[in-house]
This record gives sequence, structure tokens and C-alpha cells, in this order.
Amino acid sequence: MDLGPHAGFILASYGLCLLTVLVLIAWIRIDKAGQEKALRELAEQGVSRRRPEDGGR
Amino acid sequence: MSTWAIVLFQRDLRLSVRVGGSALVGVLFFLAVVTVIPFGVGPDLNLLSRIGPAILWIGALLATLLGLDRLFQADRDDGTIDLMLMAGRPLELVVLIKCLAHWVATGLPLVVAAPLLGVFLNLEPAAMAAVTLTLLVGTPALTLIGAIGAALTVTLRRGGLLLAVLVVPLAIPVLIFGVSSADAAIHDPVPFLTPFLILCALSLIAAVIGPIASAAALRFAAD
Amino acid sequence: MAFWDYANPTRFLKLVQVVLPWLTGLCVVAFAAGLYMSFFVAPEDYQQGQTVRIMYIHVPAAWLSMMCYSIMAVSSLGTLVWKHPLADVSAKTAAPIGAAFTFMALVTGSLWGKPMWGTYWVWDARLTSVLVLLIMYLGLMTLWRTMDDPIKAGKAAAVLTLAGALNLPVIKFSVDWWNTLHQPASVMRLDGPTIHPDILWPLLVMAVAFTLLFFVLHLMAMRNEILRRRVRTLRLRAASAAHPRSAVATAQPAE
Repeated sequence: MDLGPHAGFILASYGLCLLTVLVLIAWIRIDKAGQEKALRELAEQGVSRRRPEDGGR
Repeated sequence: MSTWAIVLFQRDLRLSVRVGGSALVGVLFFLAVVTVIPFGVGPDLNLLSRIGPAILWIGALLATLLGLDRLFQADRDDGTIDLMLMAGRPLELVVLIKCLAHWVATGLPLVVAAPLLGVFLNLEPAAMAAVTLTLLVGTPALTLIGAIGAALTVTLRRGGLLLAVLVVPLAIPVLIFGVSSADAAIHDPVPFLTPFLILCALSLIAAVIGPIASAAALRFAAD
Repeated sequence: MAFWDYANPTRFLKLVQVVLPWLTGLCVVAFAAGLYMSFFVAPEDYQQGQTVRIMYIHVPAAWLSMMCYSIMAVSSLGTLVWKHPLADVSAKTAAPIGAAFTFMALVTGSLWGKPMWGTYWVWDARLTSVLVLLIMYLGLMTLWRTMDDPIKAGKAAAVLTLAGALNLPVIKFSVDWWNTLHQPASVMRLDGPTIHPDILWPLLVMAVAFTLLFFVLHLMAMRNEILRRRVRTLRLRAASAAHPRSAVATAQPAE
């Protein structure tokens, strides 16, 4: 398909949006991995959540 | 009820005039901002008289933001706010009175200085009067909106810069209508009263939202 | 009531576990359909030409930038009025996502503006309001970051979010006023005078896709935030177990 004389602008805006979303997803996944690692380490040290319903507060 | 209000007003006024002389510093800062602008845009008197109201308004906005971090900080640090809370005073009213005293100490001098600074910017007498009037009506709104930021950042060690960032978006309507009513008085695309009355309305809205939000923020900071 | 059932973070995490794959699948399908429609089905505009295709991401991004703030405002009410324990988690995690969508709306708006207006940035009422919104998002994120205790930060941010929500219509109105005062109404507006059905359908599908994307990201980010608070509580508990004397001082702010 032909995007006309402004193809660069169209592709750039789609590309930048894609990039923003990918950065957002990557940040969330890295964050998740970090938190899960910290929880695992704490569990290995024997720090446990005796009252599970309290933990997320 | 009115007695403690007057006492609180006088105390705050005295403190802000005495300690550090913040009122004078605000005016000096205002003068500095207005002095710096011609170095940036060039000494063209026509241009300066055209953007003069905007310069005065932006200078007043910056000067107000500069003094705001002192609004609650000292009273929170020495526990005065906790005492007032325990004394059963409505915190919203306390905030309103403190804002009023703060405005008399820092905002009113800016309004008084505005005509003088208008001379530097080649403003016509009508424009000067219009800017002074809009500043008189508009700067209380800046103080009251800024009180929200001051209350939110009261627990932070260096909250001044963050305060400015938080408050500036909320102050945009005041700036827009302040400048456009001053402009309307000079070359009239619209009658002066339309934006001016909206500016008055904004100040009244700020007098409601500002104290309520700041009081809520101060209560949460005190918990 | 379901609303309160999921006040329990553990139960909420279980719900996320179940819902998230379905939501992600729906989101991918919606994006596939929306992108196909916006590139191959939708015709070019007689005025804007092919650049109209930027609208299919610009308008949904702008819509989400506002929806996200509304969600934050409702969450802030949840924090201050109903004291729902997940409300400030929701408000905190929505802010960066909303900022990202606002950023997208700004970037696509200015990339659309270059061929249409001749410059990347015009102080157009819409773009200016969106810019102010972005500053508000960034300010809120900074406020969250500067306060250590999540509960206190949540309350402070909730006050600011609500003050902002009350002010947003005023800001929008005054920016519109300012814009009409300083510029003649531009021929080419970002929304266009009327929307033809050929353009409307891809726009709607893309809007649905973006909304689904928001919810997927928001749920993922909320899960992270719950885990982060868990880690924080456990660390404080471990620290207070290690140093019993300072326990009172450190453990208190955790609640």
C-alpha cells in the first residue's frame, strides 16, 4: 500500500507508540521479576508472612 | 470565634514580616524577574509594552511560588498546627486565615509594586491600572491554590521545587484570565469585564478548594 | 459486594491470575483488527490524505490520557472516602501508564501537525491541554516517589489528584478561551468537523484495543505494586526482628 508523501510521519508515529508501549511492558516485567526475586530471597532467609491477608497492605 | 481568628491573623502577619523579611524578598525577586526580561527579549519599548502585563503576571506567579514553602513549614515543625488541631479549631478556617495573612505579607506588596514596575515596561496608565487591579484580584487565588502544594510538600525536606511543579498547572487558568483581562483593558478584543469576572470567580473557587484540600493534606501529614 | 471482596490483596492477585490471560488475548485480537482496519480498510481523507491514519492512534491515546485520570480520581475517592486498600495501589500504578498514553497523544499530535500545520508544535487548545495534563501526571509521579511511606504518599497524592480533577475542566475551558483569543480558528482541526463512518469504525476498534491495553498494563502494574508492598512489609518485619529496640520506630510506618 502507498502511504503518500507523509509516510515517514505516519510510520514514525506508529513506531514511537509501539516503542512507548514496549518500554512500558518491559519496565513492568523487569519490576515484577525484581519483586519476585526479593520475595524469594526473603523466603530463603526465613522471613515469612504469618498473616497472609496483612501482607499486601 | 472571631477573636482567635484575628489573633492568628496578626501572629502570622507579624511572623512573616519579621522573620527573614519574606515580603521584601518577594518584591525584590519580582523586580529581578522584570529586570531580566528586557535582557532576554531586547529593549524594544513597543514589544515590552505589548507583553508587559504578561511579564508582570508571570513575575507575580513566580514570586508567589517562591514564598509558598514557608506557609506551613515552620508551624508544622514546631507543632503549632497539631496544637490548633487539638484546640478544635476548624483546620480549613485556620488555613484560610494563614493564607490571608501570607497574602497580605507577600502578595499585597507585589500588587503595590506592580505600577512602579509597569513604568519600566512602558505601560500606559490604563494598562497599569488594569494590571494592578487584576493582580489584586488574582494573586489571592495563586496563594490559595499554592497552599495545596505547600500542604502536600510540608513533610518533605526540600519541597520548594516540587511545590512549584505541582502548583503551576493548577494556576494556569488564573494566569490566562489575569493576563487576558489586563490585555482586554488596553486593546479590546473582548470587553474588560468578561475575563475579569471569570478571574474573580476563579479566586472565589480557589478560596473554597484551596483551604479544603490543604486542610485534608495537613491532617494526613499529621497522622 | 464484589468490590469489597477484592479488597483482599491475595484474592485480588488470584483474580488477576485468572483474568489477565483472557484480557491479553482480547487486547491482541482487538489490536490486530484495529491495525488492519486503520491501514487497509479505512480510506484516505480527502483533506488530510494518508495522514488521517495517525488519528487512529492519536485519538485513542488522547482518550486514554483522560480516562486514566478519571480512574485515578475515582481511586483517590476510594482512598479518602471508602478507604479501600487497593485504591491507592490503583491510583499509583495508573499514573505512569497515563503519562505514557499522554506522551503518545502529544507525539502523534505533533507528528500529525508537521505535514498539516507546517510545524511540529502549535499552541493549539487541545495539544496545550494535553501538555498540561502530562505535567500533572509527572508531578503526581514525583510526589509518589518523594514520599517513603506508601500510605501517606497515597493520601497526599489522592488530595492532589482530586484537586487536579476539579481543576481540569477549568483548565480546559480557560485554555480554549485563551486559544480563541490568540489564534483564528484553524481550518484543520485535530478532531475534524464531522466523522465519516468509514473513519469512525477503525477509530472505535482502536479505542477498544487501547482501553484493553490500559487494563492489561494496569493490572500487571497493580500486581507488581502489591508484591512491592509485601517485600517492604517483610523487610521491615525482618529488620525489627533483628533489632528489637528500634522495632517500634521502624515497624510503625508500615501500617
